[in-house]
Amino acid sequence: MQLGAKRWLIAAVLVAFGVSALSGYFNRYYLGIAIDVGISIILAVSLNLINGHTGQFSLGHAGFMAVGGFTAAKLTLELTPSVPAAAQPALFVGAMLAGGLVAALAGLAVGLPSLRLKGDYLAIVTLGFGEIIRVIFQTSPAFGAATGLTGIPKFTTLFWTWSAAALTVYVVASLVNSTYGRGFLCVHDDEVAAAAMGINPTRYKVTAFVTGAFFAGMAGALYAHHKQVLKPDGFDFMKSIDVVVMVILGGMGNTVGVILAAILLTVLPELLRGFADYRMIVYSLLIIGLMLLRPQGLFNLRRRESRSAAAN
Amino acid sequence: MDWLQQLINGLAQGSIYALIALGYTMVYGVLRFINFAHSDVLMLGAFAAFFLAPVVGTILPPQSYLGAFIIVIVSAAICAAIGILIERLAYRPLRNRPKLTVLITAIGVSLLIEFTCQHNAVFGARTRPFPRLIPEHNFHLGNIVIANHDVLVPIVTAALLALLWLVVQRTKIGMAMRAVAFNPQAAALMGVNINRVISFTFGLGSALAAIAGILYAMRAPGIEPLMGIQPGLRAFIAAVLGGIGNLPGAALGGLLLGLLETFAGGIPGISNYRDGIAFAILIFILLFRPAGLLGEVKTEKV
Repeated sequence: MQLGAKRWLIAAVLVAFGVSALSGYFNRYYLGIAIDVGISIILAVSLNLINGHTGQFSLGHAGFMAVGGFTAAKLTLELTPSVPAAAQPALFVGAMLAGGLVAALAGLAVGLPSLRLKGDYLAIVTLGFGEIIRVIFQTSPAFGAATGLTGIPKFTTLFWTWSAAALTVYVVASLVNSTYGRGFLCVHDDEVAAAAMGINPTRYKVTAFVTGAFFAGMAGALYAHHKQVLKPDGFDFMKSIDVVVMVILGGMGNTVGVILAAILLTVLPELLRGFADYRMIVYSLLIIGLMLLRPQGLFNLRRRESRSAAAN
Repeated sequence: MDWLQQLINGLAQGSIYALIALGYTMVYGVLRFINFAHSDVLMLGAFAAFFLAPVVGTILPPQSYLGAFIIVIVSAAICAAIGILIERLAYRPLRNRPKLTVLITAIGVSLLIEFTCQHNAVFGARTRPFPRLIPEHNFHLGNIVIANHDVLVPIVTAALLALLWLVVQRTKIGMAMRAVAFNPQAAALMGVNINRVISFTFGLGSALAAIAGILYAMRAPGIEPLMGIQPGLRAFIAAVLGGIGNLPGAALGGLLLGLLETFAGGIPGISNYRDGIAFAILIFILLFRPAGLLGEVKTEKV
């Protein structure tokens, strides 16, 4: 699997490079959607590490995305004028990493106290933290308060987005499949048994949380330099729910399914513009229906059946 | 004298939190999960009163205490039915599934109610003024003004708490509730009809939420489909503060939270972060005393 994963990573980056070399020929609208899809994949796969593989239900992913987005956008807004044009891609990558790192720090700060909790508590606490993060951006003048940041340079390209998505999938997949990463699955299946086997559940939960937050922050940076406008309102609870629906639809802990769900749920609303009024109603019905009838997700054909049975 | 005004506001706010928190804590007690849709039942209660008020107003003189009482009772009954229905359709089929599944379903139910009600064909997203249910009357004490509904709210809450205590401690169904909360399997073996007890718990909690929703709407500028989220979250925090699953704890937590929020809101400089106070309290409690003020500390055993 590891070797295969690495091969897939290289292939995906090459595809991203190839497609983005041709992106001049694309309609700008489709290009925008392709970038949205990449960002959704990063968000969904990174949340899947927390919610799916490790089984810790977080509702604050949009908060980490906001942290990464605002950090990176602030950096590029401040530094772009003093950086020569040739070095701007490097600046962007630096800003993206900085966004990810600050988001990871936020994840650590949120995760350490809250991951001692389980299930319902954790969901509420992460929801609360997500809202607090949003309120902080909304009230701090350095980040433009309620209007947010505007005029962010358009650095996000198809290449960077898809490469980042490929990297996310690679890191999450190989992390979970590594010897160390088996701990995530153990914590998901039975915390008490995992602790008895010498696995420190809190440590694994925090690791998953911080890693997930890092990639969410990167997604936020890509989003900021794609839309060029950042508003704190855009990172509310509903944005987190969007990502959660992707993970549930794809099947929690099923990377391929989650990628498919992320693509589907990003493209579908674009195809069905008139459906906007009903989007969240359909999402909520989808959540309830899937939990009642198919808790392993829509795209999960075989892998986790034994595991979801074990989780009982 | 300013503090007296704050105290009365805080008590009124805290009583509403306490009423909502009771619903969370009761459901948690018997089913061990957080009913996310509880805050939406609260909203539905306020809307039920909104639509009932003109109907009752045609029979009885408007803004009468008897009319308000009828409106509250009918709204509570409607919401009790909704609560029972939600449990029946969404939660009961999942009773023996992993907790995460139930939690996600509860979030789904909550979102479904919110977004269905926000649709223009139902209530619409706009804020509507809530009708005045009782005659307005202000008491003047020196230079402070006390509205009669601010006095009414703690009184109604105290009465409901006493009633609830009687139901839980002195009736057969209350004993069954305590038995199911203690050990559902053993209760079932002793002949307790678990499904009936759970339905009753949901009904009772939802009725309390409806009353809380109406009281909340009386003090709020207006009602809209998302109005339940903020008081719902606060009430959840209140339930955790008091010790989730513990009824006196929920009441105590609600009152404390309401008072803290109101007093902190009066301090210049902190007032901007008023919304964060509740979450700060939650984090603090979870770090230092996760079982809550009145909850008992349990360690997980295999």
